[in-house]
Amino acid sequence: MGATVALQVTVNGESHDSEVPARMLLVHYLRDELGLTGTHVGCDTSNCGACTCLVDGESAKSCTVLAVQCDGAQITTIEGMAGPDGELHALQEGFWAEHGLQCGYCTPGMIMAAADLLERRTADGPISEQEVRKGLEGNLCRCTGYHNIVKAVQAAAEASREVAA
Amino acid sequence: MQTPAPCEYSRATSVDDAIAQLQALGGNARILAGGYSLIPMMKLRLANPGHVIDINPLESELNYIRQEGNEIRIGALTRHVNMLESDLLSQVFPHIFREAEAVLADPVVRNRGTMGGSLCQSDPAEDLSGVVVALKGEAVLRGPGGAERVVGMEEFHLGPYMTSVQPTEMLIEVRIPTHSGFGGAHEKVERRAGDFAIVAASAALAIEGGRITFAGVACSAVGPTTLHIERAEKALVGQAPSEDLFAQCGQMAAADCSPNSDGRGPADYKRHVAGVLTTRALSRAAATAVS
Repeated sequence: MGATVALQVTVNGESHDSEVPARMLLVHYLRDELGLTGTHVGCDTSNCGACTCLVDGESAKSCTVLAVQCDGAQITTIEGMAGPDGELHALQEGFWAEHGLQCGYCTPGMIMAAADLLERRTADGPISEQEVRKGLEGNLCRCTGYHNIVKAVQAAAEASREVAA
Repeated sequence: MQTPAPCEYSRATSVDDAIAQLQALGGNARILAGGYSLIPMMKLRLANPGHVIDINPLESELNYIRQEGNEIRIGALTRHVNMLESDLLSQVFPHIFREAEAVLADPVVRNRGTMGGSLCQSDPAEDLSGVVVALKGEAVLRGPGGAERVVGMEEFHLGPYMTSVQPTEMLIEVRIPTHSGFGGAHEKVERRAGDFAIVAASAALAIEGGRITFAGVACSAVGPTTLHIERAEKALVGQAPSEDLFAQCGQMAAADCSPNSDGRGPADYKRHVAGVLTTRALSRAAATAVS
């Protein structure tokens, strides 16, 4: 198996100390070691983005990151998006309100990639359809339900703008 | 479920430490930067290093974009997103970096993928290599004892997935000469968003007093490495920019490239596209240079 390596990560605010094989991928650590199965494995080749989560606030395809590379990192998965009292994140609300999912397989990755997109955005005005489509280029929807996904992200951005205003 | 074969892992504490580790491990180790090329290759058993040396802890030493005299220097661990968003790069090299980075893979990959990884992967269809070839950038390779050598891109890229970086060497920096009156462009045709190019063309021009003083033309995905279209560059320097001239350069690119037929298209189609994209990139580069 190769040597194990010590790993300390904070996932959704909770600290974990583990010994993992060097070759273990972050997505397998999250799913199999921590039981956080909201992060999905899709293509396994860093194309589809289903496994996207946030590592130190930046979106990453967790099927293509070794778990040990995240030593000391703060990780957010879909399970960490809702508030402590279960209140949905603006993006989750947006996907619900705009029917942004069909089978739901790509949804966690879409939401995590969209969270990075909205966080990084510096422009003030409403986010355009084109901007959302460019921003989610790394995430594939096998139902091809992109239209409502884009509307969901736009709705979430709008709701966040209203809160900030 | 795909997972890499068992391997050992260590973190580098400095560039010289990474090189010392490479030396100690005797050719059995690979440098891990962004990981979006190396890890998929390890999962597919196309790369089987016994040991990976993680250089991500070297952000402060290797992630930078700065101007020194008539050169821009980019650290090997500079992420694609840093190059996409760099005001310095878009000011000194309008708009070639921003155009290439905007179509390179996707935003999630660009968060982690690096300059050094792009060049060292030596994938002939990769976008950033085209930009560095067109700009006539040079790679700084450091070896044991701090010995450094500087190699041009022709010497750096030996073939698909092959570079002149030795097993105990590491790419640490890319140096790119600056030009006044600069304009650049990157044109790409891809099957779908985020894919490698069917064909891409990168053009870099400097125009002063109505004459072309510097020309760089590179085509991606139409040869064993990113191709430098030397005949077109020679035809451009000293001339006044014109659409006729750029059309001739497109014909040269189409004639001089060597595409293969594959799932991305037949060779004659790619040859045609290389010509069209070269002409378009030169035309837009010239418009930027004189604006």
